[in-house]
Amino acid sequence: MRIGVMVCHCGNNIAATVDCEAVAAAAREFPDVVYATDHMYACSDPGQKTIEQTIRDLKLDGVVVASCSPRMHEMTFRRAVERAGLNRYMFEMANIREHVAWISLDRKRNTQKATDLVRMAVEKLRVDRPLTPKSFDVQKRVLIVGGGVAGIQAALDCADGGLDVLLVERKASIGGIMSKLDKTFPTIDCSVCVLGPKMVDAGQNPRITLHTCSEVEEVSGYVGNFEVKIRKRTTYVDWTKCTGCGACQEKCPSRKVPDAFNENISLTTAINIPFPQAIPKRATINAAHCIRLTKGKCGACAKICPTGAIDYEMQDEIITEKVGAIIAATGITLFDHTRLGEYGAGRYPDVVTSLAYERMLSASGPTAGHIKRPSDGREPKTVVFISCVGSRDRSVDRPYCSGFCCMYTAKQAILTRDHIPDSKAFVFYMDIRANGKGYEEFVRRAQEEYAVEYVRGRVAHIYPTAGPDGGQLMVRGADTLLGAQVEVAADLVVLAVGAESSTGAPELAEKLHISYDHYGFFMESHPKLRPVETNTVGIFLAGACQGPKDIPASVAQASAAAGKVLALLSKDKLESDPQIALVQAIRCIGCGKCERTCPFGAIRMRELRDGSKRAEVVETVCQGCGICSVTCPVRAIQLQHFTDSQLLAEVNALCRTWDETTES
Amino acid sequence: MQSPLQAIDLTTSRDQSFVEDVARESGQDLRSCYQCGNCTAGCAYTMNYDIPVHQIMRLVQLGLRDKALSCRSIWLCATCQACTTRCPNNIEVAVVMDVLRHMARRAGHAPERLVKTFTDGFLASVARHGRVFEAGLAACFALKSGKPLQDAGLGPAMLSRGKLAFLPHEPGGNGKAEVAAIFQRFLKDQESGK
Amino acid sequence: MSAPLGYYPGCSQSGTAAEYDISTRACCKALGIELADVPDWTCCGSTPAHTVDHHLAGALSARNLLQAQAAGFDRVITPCPSCLSALKTADAHLAHETYRAKVEHLLGRPGPGPVNCQSVLQVLFEQIGPGGVKAKVTRPLTGLRVAPYYGCIMNRPPGLMNFDDPENPMAMDALLSACGAEVVDFPFKTECCGAAFGMPRLDVMQRLSARILDMARSCGADAIVVACPLCQMNLDLRRGQVNSASGQDITMPVPYFTQLLGLALGLPDADLALGKLVLPLAPALIAAKEREAQREAHREGERAAKEAVKAGHRPAPQPVCEEDAPCA
Ligand SMILES: Cc1cc2nc3c(=O)[nH]c(=O)nc-3n(C[C@H](O)[C@H](O)[C@H](O)COP(=O)(O)OP(=O)(O)OC[C@H]3O[C@@H](n4cnc5c(N)ncnc54)[C@H](O)[C@@H]3O)c2cc1C
Ligand code: SF4
Ligand code: SF4
Ligand code: SF4
Ligand code: SF4
Repeated sequence: MRIGVMVCHCGNNIAATVDCEAVAAAAREFPDVVYATDHMYACSDPGQKTIEQTIRDLKLDGVVVASCSPRMHEMTFRRAVERAGLNRYMFEMANIREHVAWISLDRKRNTQKATDLVRMAVEKLRVDRPLTPKSFDVQKRVLIVGGGVAGIQAALDCADGGLDVLLVERKASIGGIMSKLDKTFPTIDCSVCVLGPKMVDAGQNPRITLHTCSEVEEVSGYVGNFEVKIRKRTTYVDWTKCTGCGACQEKCPSRKVPDAFNENISLTTAINIPFPQAIPKRATINAAHCIRLTKGKCGACAKICPTGAIDYEMQDEIITEKVGAIIAATGITLFDHTRLGEYGAGRYPDVVTSLAYERMLSASGPTAGHIKRPSDGREPKTVVFISCVGSRDRSVDRPYCSGFCCMYTAKQAILTRDHIPDSKAFVFYMDIRANGKGYEEFVRRAQEEYAVEYVRGRVAHIYPTAGPDGGQLMVRGADTLLGAQVEVAADLVVLAVGAESSTGAPELAEKLHISYDHYGFFMESHPKLRPVETNTVGIFLAGACQGPKDIPASVAQASAAAGKVLALLSKDKLESDPQIALVQAIRCIGCGKCERTCPFGAIRMRELRDGSKRAEVVETVCQGCGICSVTCPVRAIQLQHFTDSQLLAEVNALCRTWDETTES
Repeated sequence: MQSPLQAIDLTTSRDQSFVEDVARESGQDLRSCYQCGNCTAGCAYTMNYDIPVHQIMRLVQLGLRDKALSCRSIWLCATCQACTTRCPNNIEVAVVMDVLRHMARRAGHAPERLVKTFTDGFLASVARHGRVFEAGLAACFALKSGKPLQDAGLGPAMLSRGKLAFLPHEPGGNGKAEVAAIFQRFLKDQESGK
Repeated sequence: MSAPLGYYPGCSQSGTAAEYDISTRACCKALGIELADVPDWTCCGSTPAHTVDHHLAGALSARNLLQAQAAGFDRVITPCPSCLSALKTADAHLAHETYRAKVEHLLGRPGPGPVNCQSVLQVLFEQIGPGGVKAKVTRPLTGLRVAPYYGCIMNRPPGLMNFDDPENPMAMDALLSACGAEVVDFPFKTECCGAAFGMPRLDVMQRLSARILDMARSCGADAIVVACPLCQMNLDLRRGQVNSASGQDITMPVPYFTQLLGLALGLPDADLALGKLVLPLAPALIAAKEREAQREAHREGERAAKEAVKAGHRPAPQPVCEEDAPCA
């Protein structure tokens, strides 16, 4: 065998603490190594050219590059050796940057360790075998989970590109948080006016199938061929018949149901259409409040419905669909301010969340756009906004900044001054995060043009007081710029509650086999270079489910995810990774341990004619995790490219060098 | 806080050992304070402070030892725990105030003389009797404070309700001696600078 | 009957707060909680000790924990939040080796092992509970509007005190409701009253106590109910000083919660030492009775009007009951 080795300096990243020339020199002495050199940047164009040229000139059978983490550049180098005619698996990488140069300053010992790692790579390469991927057909359909603005945008883009789209939304209508907003920063344009047409498009596009009141139950399969089970929760209304006329809602006698769409500041009926622009515009029965479903009486809606759509016997339905790719766009929920005793823990009706306030501002909201105090319906004259409620707060385990609340608070303060010109608006803030285009200017307008009083400091306590016109809320805070305690007697307090990952996000992530952080936000594959991909091939992220984001950023990411999906599914066939488990049938004793241990269900037991059993790997399902190979008692199941002999070759190489260094 | 007459040179004015001492003695991560002002907002004593509590935290962060130790605020903090309870960074601010008070005492500061007089009187009473002798403490404070009549009006009400004991209510067993011994060891350590 | 609990009265309870001690013992007895004094207890050091030195404070408290342990108590209860805070702080800090060593040096002997310290309020709330109290109430405090005032350190800092909600504690509310009282939503439950500044900085204490009284009055309370001897002293004994500084004349009484509890349990007056309160409780109880009588009359009127409607008469206009108007 003829092996070539290249040791990379990575500029100064490696060379500062590793003697790369010495490593290359040592490598020349290793068995089968016919060539070894060092290079300033192995991944650069000249670096790759050198590798290709050397393979051709010296008729190499394999290459080792000692440089950064394989997560960074393994694909780069595999493609390079492939261009020069080698099998891409006849390549090994030794990580001498993250595992050596960046963790120690001891040049001598670093050089020794780097040499050891190169020797391990060489020894493994000597027993590596060429592997060839198999190709398989792909489903040209995409599943999008979550129908907020991000999910809608991704659906429209994918449909535009010719893919069939399944859009699964948990609520009765798509639209997400944006459908509840009044106006949007920094342009103060009407939220529903810009979102509404997109929702309608999504509802009408023949390539898009909406599944609202639905959730993902189970996901199996792999990129190109996912199989998903979707639970369609019962609505007790046959949507193929319902026309959305609303007659049922008029007649329903159960009228004291907290209206979730209006953030529970108003009431609705047990059967309802969540809001006038809902897509699909269909009625749903809230079973907990339906008199017929809880007490067996009533049935008013069934009597009035002109199309006979009501079905009290309706059950949940589970459907199974095949898709080639998945986009998660489940967005956010908001911090539960009732955890904060100092702000009343939800006891004071005139302490409201920012989202409830959006509903109070909205012309289609419960107060028809007139700002009224929930307690007594009076128009507030002094409104206090508090930022960072449940954000940047370690004491409630929410240390992160929610990113967009500074901006919507400025927006809401402006709108308050707009709606009630003789009102006063105060904003308690710690820092103002306004780093989008036109954002800083927007905040300055709030301060200068709209005379919103910004007070730099947190609020420690809100308590009710007897004001001149009925109850007010005393807001006691600090003005840290003055170095003083300050108080504002407020008629209404708006809490800029922070963003949290959507309810059930970790559970969904488990179903999708994607990672999530401590707070339930989904993890991108690389924070800079792969911001919309996940570590599971074929699954992408859009919108605030990956981290708090405003609308422009959510939409941009949605289009990016759609672009990735379109690129992926533009091919008719995909190649499978050959680094998967393989059963040596002669060794297998049919014990079935591997079948039981595989987390992906990739192993089947096949019965032979003599009645004995053998394990068999379903190639397209196997993820190459290797759990089966350590479970097998007779070592009959081996992970390709990580076989026992390959790993032992590495271990032996390491032990040998260790012997040598300790003896000397 | 009153502005100084000269710009504070942040490099030369920093007393790093002070920063470290406060951190060690209080066990708090002082750097995590981001000056939100929640402590000041909730502190019932802010109006009486010469430096609000969040700015005391800032003085400690910057190592401005003399300013931090000579202020009145640290003597007026009642350890009510409002600040500690609400600090978004889980800093036990009240403990920091306590530690600064200890240091101020050691450095000989006592801008709120009567607070110190009261504290000393209280502990002297405990050292002497094993328990606080309330009437004795009040009488002693009245003498030393220079305001002998401040609480004179309370006497009759207490007397008629049997709340004014003229003799200390001392523990019966070894308690009194043991408490006295604790104080003796403490004072000896203080003198020897331990 | 379970083993008796170690009871640490604290200095105030043998002087200015004798009524707290007397009523606590009486209530516990009536509710079947057996108390036995920590033998030969001494001062816990209270606030003055920890403001001077944490190890001195630790040693003064630790001595009492040792006494309790020697007497075989694994749980110590005290009525006073300041004592509780001192004992709990010492107990928590003794887990740290260097702290322990210094405290043991001051003590001159090995320090105590862990001791579970609780307030009387916590024990009554957790062991008897509102349900248990309700079952034993013989003289309900019907009509009495009370503002429960917990003081600043009964529940704070939450990490140390580990009992009830630090912003809106409810234990006393629940016990007083169980006694039949009407508990107002008191926003200053945990605001500081001026603590021990009555002597050294009377002006500070006057300002802070005045705020609390003012808030209780605007909530329409007949009485402020307390669980801390220092709060009680500032709001009751020092009321004249507070009123004179604020220019108000608030005469609202400030009983300990154990006194009201004992009253509802039907305990004899001697067990409650009501006479030791500077501002008498009686006017509040009378106001409550009158209010209740007025309400009963109102209800009676409504019943009569309903009957009349049933019988076909037009209802006579009802006088609006002033006391029923929501409190400001
Ligand atoms: C009060 C307030 C005001 C705001 N104002 C502005 C503004 O003026 N301008 C601006 O740019 N941004 C604003 N924002 C931010 C904006 O709301 C977000 O950027 C935007 O909603 C993010 O869109 P999204 O689609 O990622 O998430 P979402 O809007 O949260 O949508 C997610 C959708 O997924 C659904 N879903 C969740 N989990 C599942 C599941 N497991 N299965 C199926 N479906 C699921 C949800 O029901 C929801 O419909 C504001 C936010 C708030 C709270
Ligand atoms: S269920 Fe019937 S009545 Fe109700 S909206 Fe649909 S069609 Fe109209
Ligand atoms: S965006 Fe502003 S209000 Fe929201 S968490 Fe960040 S700093 Fe606080
Ligand atoms: S509350 Fe905490 S973080 Fe905020 S200023 Fe005070 S000490 Fe600093
Ligand atoms: S503990 Fe001291 S600094 Fe903190 S809020 Fe109370 S009085 Fe103020």
